[in-house]
Amino acid sequence: MGRGKGGSVTVPTPTPALSLFRRKKGEGDQRSGGGLDRRSTFWILYLPPLIWLGLFFLIPILLMAAFSFRADTYGALFGHWNIGLNQYATVVETGSYWRLLGVSSLMALMISISAVVLSYPLSYFLAFHAGKRAGLYLVLLLVPFWTSYLLRVMAWKIMLGTDGVINSLLLYVGIIKEPLEALLYNRNAVILTLIYVWIPFAALPILAALQRIEWTLFEAAADLGARPYHQFMRITLPLSLPGVFAAFFMVFIPTIGEYVTPLLVGGSRGFMYGNIIQDFFTKAANWPLGSALSMIMLAATLILVLIATRLIKLEDLLQ
Amino acid sequence: MSNRRAPFPLSIYYFSIIAFLYLPIAVLFLFSININTTFSFPLKGITFDWYQKLFQADAVLRAARNSLIVASGSSFAATLLGTMVSILMMRYQFRSKNLLLALAALPLIVPYVVLGVALLLLFSVFHVDRSLLTVGVAHTVIALPYTLLIIASRLAGFDASIEEAAMDLGADYPTTLRRVVLPLIFPAMVSAWLTAFTVSFDEFALALFLAGTQPTFPVYLFSQLRFANRLPIMIALAVLLMIGTLALVFLAERFRRRET
Repeated sequence: MGRGKGGSVTVPTPTPALSLFRRKKGEGDQRSGGGLDRRSTFWILYLPPLIWLGLFFLIPILLMAAFSFRADTYGALFGHWNIGLNQYATVVETGSYWRLLGVSSLMALMISISAVVLSYPLSYFLAFHAGKRAGLYLVLLLVPFWTSYLLRVMAWKIMLGTDGVINSLLLYVGIIKEPLEALLYNRNAVILTLIYVWIPFAALPILAALQRIEWTLFEAAADLGARPYHQFMRITLPLSLPGVFAAFFMVFIPTIGEYVTPLLVGGSRGFMYGNIIQDFFTKAANWPLGSALSMIMLAATLILVLIATRLIKLEDLLQ
Repeated sequence: MSNRRAPFPLSIYYFSIIAFLYLPIAVLFLFSININTTFSFPLKGITFDWYQKLFQADAVLRAARNSLIVASGSSFAATLLGTMVSILMMRYQFRSKNLLLALAALPLIVPYVVLGVALLLLFSVFHVDRSLLTVGVAHTVIALPYTLLIIASRLAGFDASIEEAAMDLGADYPTTLRRVVLPLIFPAMVSAWLTAFTVSFDEFALALFLAGTQPTFPVYLFSQLRFANRLPIMIALAVLLMIGTLALVFLAERFRRRET
């Protein structure tokens, strides 16, 4: 009867080799069934993000690119328009746009270099000298960064204003007789505020780079008689450079496209390139010219990112 | 090693910078309990009136509610989309993979002013009225890189063989995702959601272009800046919201760091 039961299995499995083969085959069948699931799951996972990003990210930017080649500002948005390069010609001819782009880049450069230089010692302290409390100190550094960006900028408006904190304190102490007008609504106010905003952020990639340095390198250097200064110049600084570059670009790229901080603390004298784009889409209502200016900004940013990815390996930052 | 000991000036430097970072925030807080509507020395006295008046100021509360709606909706959508892209990124091989990843990560790089005007153009061309929905759509796009990063790093943290085991035991792939993968990445999804929420709640640069007649809180705050006498109320609410946001961030960090 036992045999009979065995016989009821359609194909007997006499040898281990064959049974292995069958198992493999059975598994393969199941896999291909699973493969179909996987394939249909793929489309469920693939289509929503693709459609969303296509509709609300790619198409708007392509539309803006198309709009920048629109020759005139008359007629319906979606109606017929003349194609031409004259928006770009206007940009090229108008020296003040290029000057503003230059000034904005220079401001972004100053801001990112200052933020990196100021935050390097912070990261160095956290990585090598903070000891057991490093975690706590890091949170202390990050809380201002987690605080609302708009609020931090507004806080500086209150600090620097004509009847602001600094002026009234100086008046109260008696150092000045008249409130200083030069504190708010200029480029320096924008630079100061943005350095303030970015310091904690710039410290993070530098800290990550410093923490990856092998301890044994310092020991070897010390054994070979290197003084702390030389250890820093020959080991710490070169090995932390990827973090420094990352911090620089992580500050520089969003700063060059800034328009909110200049709006709040810069005033008309502290305008950056982003502000003219905003103006052309709101007050001035010249959307084709605004689109051309946006495309130039976008191109400049993408070129920067390409340079940045040449200098830093992205995988290093994701650890 | 003697040269590793904390040099005195370095810790001094660290805590002076910390003081510098906290100073404006402290000023904001003082401003919200200051009797005067301008912040001038010497301070006349402290009051909690501004906090009381806040709860009678309808427009302020409406703006805060608008922000809450936008942030909840956009963070939910961004987490959902971020989960989809992370699973594709970590568990599938396909030809357009790099394209999709680039598309999902690019909003991190594109300046907000450029994305803001591009979306404004899109909505105008297709005659979509600006509303909380248009702001929410924009916030979903900019929050997606964050949710993607958080969830993908969680997926990278556990072995794909767990899924293979589930499928060998007869589960089909959707069941495996639902019963095995989703529970494992759930803490990361919560963290991603909270992060996306805070990104949206504080966002001003895009909202200014897209909010229309229903301002979010940052947009409303901005519009009220020229009325000096209303400023303390705004700051009072901002301080409350700041405390709320900080609580959310701490919660997000806890979820992100949680191990199974």
